[in-house]
Amino acid sequence: MAETNGTQITFLEAIKQAMFEEMERDPAVVLLGEDVGVYGGAFKTSEGLLERFGWERVIDTPISESAIIGAACGMSYAGLRPIAELQFIDFIVCAFNQITNFVAKGHYLWNAPAPMVMRGPSGGGVHGGPFHSANPEMYFVHTPGLKVIYPSTPYDAKGLLKAAVRDNNPVLFFEHKFLYRRIKGEVPSEDYTVPIGKAIVRREGKHLTIISYAAMMHTSLEAADALAKEGIEAEVIDLRTLLPLDEETILQSVRKTNRCLVVHEDTKTGGIAGEIAAILCEKAFGDLDGPLMRVTALDTPVPYSPPLEDYFLPNAKKVFDTAKELARY
Amino acid sequence: MATDVVMPQMGESIFEGTITKWLKKPGDKVERDEPLFEISTDKVDAEIPSPSAGVLKEIKVNEGQTVPIQTVVAVIDGAGSAAAAPAPTPAPAKPAAPGAAVPAPPPAARPTAPAPAAAAPTQAAPQATPAAQRSGERIHSSPLVRRMAAEHGIDLTTIPGTGAGGRISKQDIEAVIAAGGAPAAAPPSVTAAAPATRPTPPPAPSAAPAPPAVSGGQVHVAFESAVPREKMYFGNYTVEPMSNMRVRIAEHMLASKRVSPHVYSVDEIDMTKVATLRAKSRDEFEKRYETKLTFMPFFVKAAVAGLRAFPTMNASLDGTNVILHKEINIGIAVALDWGLIVPVVKGADEKNVLGIQRTLNDLAERARSKKLKPEEVQEGTFSITNPGVFGGLFGLPVISQPNVGILGLGMIEKRPVVINDSIAIRSMCYVTLSYDHRVVDGAVAHQFLHKVKETLENWSEPVL
Repeated sequence: MAETNGTQITFLEAIKQAMFEEMERDPAVVLLGEDVGVYGGAFKTSEGLLERFGWERVIDTPISESAIIGAACGMSYAGLRPIAELQFIDFIVCAFNQITNFVAKGHYLWNAPAPMVMRGPSGGGVHGGPFHSANPEMYFVHTPGLKVIYPSTPYDAKGLLKAAVRDNNPVLFFEHKFLYRRIKGEVPSEDYTVPIGKAIVRREGKHLTIISYAAMMHTSLEAADALAKEGIEAEVIDLRTLLPLDEETILQSVRKTNRCLVVHEDTKTGGIAGEIAAILCEKAFGDLDGPLMRVTALDTPVPYSPPLEDYFLPNAKKVFDTAKELARY
Repeated sequence: MATDVVMPQMGESIFEGTITKWLKKPGDKVERDEPLFEISTDKVDAEIPSPSAGVLKEIKVNEGQTVPIQTVVAVIDGAGSAAAAPAPTPAPAKPAAPGAAVPAPPPAARPTAPAPAAAAPTQAAPQATPAAQRSGERIHSSPLVRRMAAEHGIDLTTIPGTGAGGRISKQDIEAVIAAGGAPAAAPPSVTAAAPATRPTPPPAPSAAPAPPAVSGGQVHVAFESAVPREKMYFGNYTVEPMSNMRVRIAEHMLASKRVSPHVYSVDEIDMTKVATLRAKSRDEFEKRYETKLTFMPFFVKAAVAGLRAFPTMNASLDGTNVILHKEINIGIAVALDWGLIVPVVKGADEKNVLGIQRTLNDLAERARSKKLKPEEVQEGTFSITNPGVFGGLFGLPVISQPNVGILGLGMIEKRPVVINDSIAIRSMCYVTLSYDHRVVDGAVAHQFLHKVKETLENWSEPVL
């Protein structure tokens, strides 16, 4: 995989490279999931891995998320570092009990850490309907013992996935499927990781802070460009990791801009925006010059109908309008 | 006994009021009915009398703040004169009470006079009193602004807010700090000077449009700008916030133009007969009645004649129901140094020239001294404005809602006109009628105008 010397690769390619390189690096790393072997993954994220690493390390499983996670958990107890793929992240909830009661608690209860990665395609905007568009990250952000990653660029996807494989805690890794083939970026040819739990400032600004992640990070940047034309300089923060949340970067930015807008594709109630609002109230109340505002999906399932889905999802216009309102508050 | 002073309801469709000035300070003694504060609402600027005698204990709503009606704005401690103060203090908006009681007319057709049938109890217990509940937060700012004010020793009451709803924003307080900080010493002068010389959008001589986008937020969403705001700030300038009245006028005009398709008709009236009569009688009139005789009562009478003949001109439109008013109440636009107000000559059809003139003079005078009562600017059924007084040949006025027509009077001047194939010098006047084409068609409008013209040209009523 040395052919990517500073060249642009897709988000999807970044995932594939990360898994390939980690499996090359550490024989304990294995991949299991539905159609990850012969078929190369529903989105072709594991194409070529079976040929390179063989049946024992690239394992096709039955259609049972609970079994996939349970097996991976057992493997991790036995000394392996499994990557468990969920074909569509919507169905991760089938393994909810395994993840929240066993994977997440094992280290606390039985001194049994589970160094494993649970990853899969998530998110809407591709007309996938209510069962193939979910953003279930907050179920797990609410679960102590897990780490939750949701990257927005090929560089971060690769660096964070590699860091996740090497982390001794169970890590959930969400891959926004809208970004798979639409977003390209440069990655270094040498080995690198991106630290888990560190947000990044994607754009500097002084009038307000827009906090986002995953696909909405790109939407936020688009809105920030439009805002700049109106003289409003928005600082855009890409959270990259939702758990543990990088409070420092958030607080630093909001202490500078004094106004904060959170944009997420997840539904509104119980979304990360609420948590950020609480953090700002607790730790930066005296720095706020306006209310925290949110642009999120509506509190409904993701609609099938494309026009309804467009209405349901946040977009640059909504972000622009809300940011403007906040800037003028 | 302590008495709450509430923001009075100054009319049926009024839901909030702005305190423009406190006439008493906490600790001052006040007599019952003594002016306590000045307010500005959608309809009027008015002095509000104290509901009871005592000592002004606490001011809960500061100048410049807008609060819902019935909000407690102050507390009067009647300890010293408990006997004088009647226990349940009626809302000070005594005059407004009947108006306040009239429920919004139902959409269904109403038979005749909208009698205030189901008059709600006017002394309903004060509803939500948000200001009172959060009395510690009387100035609309933010945690950051309050912290910065404390750090720099700035009195927030001295800073004009440019944020949404007049909120003091970070930019506002930064501007004050940049200007060397406003010492809390002389608040009144600071307040007065600030609007004119607000340094927020700096008078940047450079070409770079200093983007004031986030500093001067538009208070009113109703006001759109046709061009990006940064394009308005160039060269040297000062920025002056609109007065409350200016904002109300702007809102009203915008609303009127939006809801009513205006059509304009013009006619020319030979005022010679009226002018002659007036010239002949004015001295005697003034001597006898101690009030000046102007042209306006003649126009009011002529309008009354027109409205009687064409009742659809004396109407309001509610959805698809045309409300034909039985009263003829004529609003007269009065220009003020600080804006414009339209007091109403009630029952104009029942008054003679003297009665109308007296009413007009009284209303205009009290408009200029801010002594109008709320009901005196309400329930107009038609209006007249007089651009001619400022030398206008004629004007095309905007309808004062909820009327369907407004008469605009041009300047009266001597002009050569052709009468019976000879040229004569006559006192001529253009009059315009703006009317709501939803209710009134051109045929009626022109007949109405003709009736006005005919009445004035054939004036017969004595004035003395």
